[in-house]
Amino acid sequence: MRLTAHRRLNSLAVLALPLAWTLLFMIVPYAIMLAYSFFRKQGFTFVPDFNLANYALLIKDPQYREVLQRTLKIALTVSLSAMVLAYPLAYFIAFKISSQRVRLFLYMMVIIPLWVSYLLRAYIWKTILGSEGVLNSFLVWTGVISEPTPLLLYNQFSMVLTLTYIFVPFMFMPIYTALEKIPRSLIEASWDLGVDPLRTFLKVTLPLSVPGLLAGFTFTFCLSFGDFIAPFLVGGPTGTLVANVVQSQFGIAFNWPLGAAISMVILLIVITIISISDRFERAGRIDMG
Amino acid sequence: MPILEIEHLTKTFAGDIVAVDDVSFALEEGEFVTLLGPSGCGKTTMLRLIAGFEASDGGRIVLNGRDVTDEPPYRREVNTVFQDYALFPHMTVKDNVGYGLRISGVPRAEVAERVRDALQSVDLVDKADSRPMELSGGQRQRVALARAIIRHPKVLLLDEPLSALDVKLREAMQIELRHLHQKLRITFILVTHDQKEALVMSDRVMVVERGRIVQSGTPTDIYEHPVSPYVADFIGTANIVPATVVGRESGHLVTAVGDARLRAPLGPKGFEASAPVLLAIRPEKLRLSGPKDAKADCLTGTVVETLFQGNSLRLKLAIAGGTPFAVDLPLGAALDEVAPPAIGETVAIAVDPANIVVFDGEVAR
Repeated sequence: MRLTAHRRLNSLAVLALPLAWTLLFMIVPYAIMLAYSFFRKQGFTFVPDFNLANYALLIKDPQYREVLQRTLKIALTVSLSAMVLAYPLAYFIAFKISSQRVRLFLYMMVIIPLWVSYLLRAYIWKTILGSEGVLNSFLVWTGVISEPTPLLLYNQFSMVLTLTYIFVPFMFMPIYTALEKIPRSLIEASWDLGVDPLRTFLKVTLPLSVPGLLAGFTFTFCLSFGDFIAPFLVGGPTGTLVANVVQSQFGIAFNWPLGAAISMVILLIVITIISISDRFERAGRIDMG
Repeated sequence: MPILEIEHLTKTFAGDIVAVDDVSFALEEGEFVTLLGPSGCGKTTMLRLIAGFEASDGGRIVLNGRDVTDEPPYRREVNTVFQDYALFPHMTVKDNVGYGLRISGVPRAEVAERVRDALQSVDLVDKADSRPMELSGGQRQRVALARAIIRHPKVLLLDEPLSALDVKLREAMQIELRHLHQKLRITFILVTHDQKEALVMSDRVMVVERGRIVQSGTPTDIYEHPVSPYVADFIGTANIVPATVVGRESGHLVTAVGDARLRAPLGPKGFEASAPVLLAIRPEKLRLSGPKDAKADCLTGTVVETLFQGNSLRLKLAIAGGTPFAVDLPLGAALDEVAPPAIGETVAIAVDPANIVVFDGEVAR
């Protein structure tokens, strides 16, 4: 008995610090945020007058609904584009490169951009896509267009492009890991049983890489859903996303309660996505052993 | 017509490693053949070339009269039982076994029936709806087997299929595989490094050494008449004793091992006097002779170690020049009656000339 009590005390001591950290920097701020979302703005102060007016406004006012829908659409487009780009690349590196060293090198090449400042990577697309940008100059020089087009920048296209570029490594990593874990003998076994490479891919490789796809999708979707820098830099007037609304509510509009309510909605959506993907992952978890 | 013909098959890997070196053989329908050799000798590569997982650098593979050298694995009428079983973890046992048939468009009802038959032949019908990870090693092995025989391949390739099983189970599966082979009459090619497994299971053993087949024959043939000290030592246990030819005497070769004289069979090759030879002598074909009367056909040695092996007692001796030499003494009904020689004691061993195989001492070195 005493031994168990002793052990329990020990494990508590070990856990105390991380627990305190989580409590202080995660739970408490979220709780404050949640409390604020029920406050009311009165002049330049926020009154703790608990009501659901902020949430009601989000449902009633179509402009918030529109921003939310646009953000979901952009996040989904970014995730799907990243998937389309990352899967073939991950497949190629995992299966077609036989040298371990070259594989590692290529893997690092995909990951290294993550080490560069996010702001820089977003900003760089401005210099590529802008009216005076690299792409426009190139198109004018080759004679495809006669004068620089403003169509490349400050719209949803440029935003999807930028976000996809920034988040593609998050899609690539889990897919690559999933593909690399698949024993080669499974693929050979499929061929051996008379199944050609295309159908082997559809029946063996793809199903076994679903956990990686799910993880990548979750990362990319949640990251782009909460992004506010890319829309700010390259999104233009039609590219405002929900995170920008939050930012402006806490900033210029000075309506913290409304901003907090929107944040809570974002949090809810993200948590829902993560728990759905977690459930799928659990259901499809496969023991390769 | 042979079911499988291999002609001058060659495979070199990067770094000029010759894994398969100009190998040729032919298999008759229904044969059970073993490729036997230590790890890294190229036997698995031979199997992978036949299955089509590796492309050969030269030579031909003719399966059932058709040249399949350049055919991809999914167009060859062979199936493989993989060393790690390679069962699809995301499918049930039933779906694993029926996978190939289902995808090539065999009607659902027929697939179900053939899956049941295949599972029946490996005695695993009750596990049809389990996932591979819920099964034991032996059961996974059976699923892999059922999956490989369901398409009635011309040749079944087995890549060290029993190596992951424990001894008891492995021995049981050896017998079971043999029975399955007798029932199906499919040609089996088994790759193994376990010489006992090869002797127990196969109609024909092909011994592989450094990418070449050095001897091919029935298990008895290989055991009794190895062509080289390598084969003699790899199959079973053999004492390899360096000796010198002294002369000939009434149809025997007389050799000198230190001071002792041993008669050996003449063999097809004539040896000059004073030529160096190697004598291969199996430990179980020896018996102790009367103490110290060093007559002809006798070796003397000092006991270094005695090992109790259950049904026999192995004496490890040092004979002339310190050469290690093993003798297996059968332990009959009464263990107590045998007084094993003590360590340090000098014993005489009688060697029947018929039980010696002579190799050229210069070539073998």
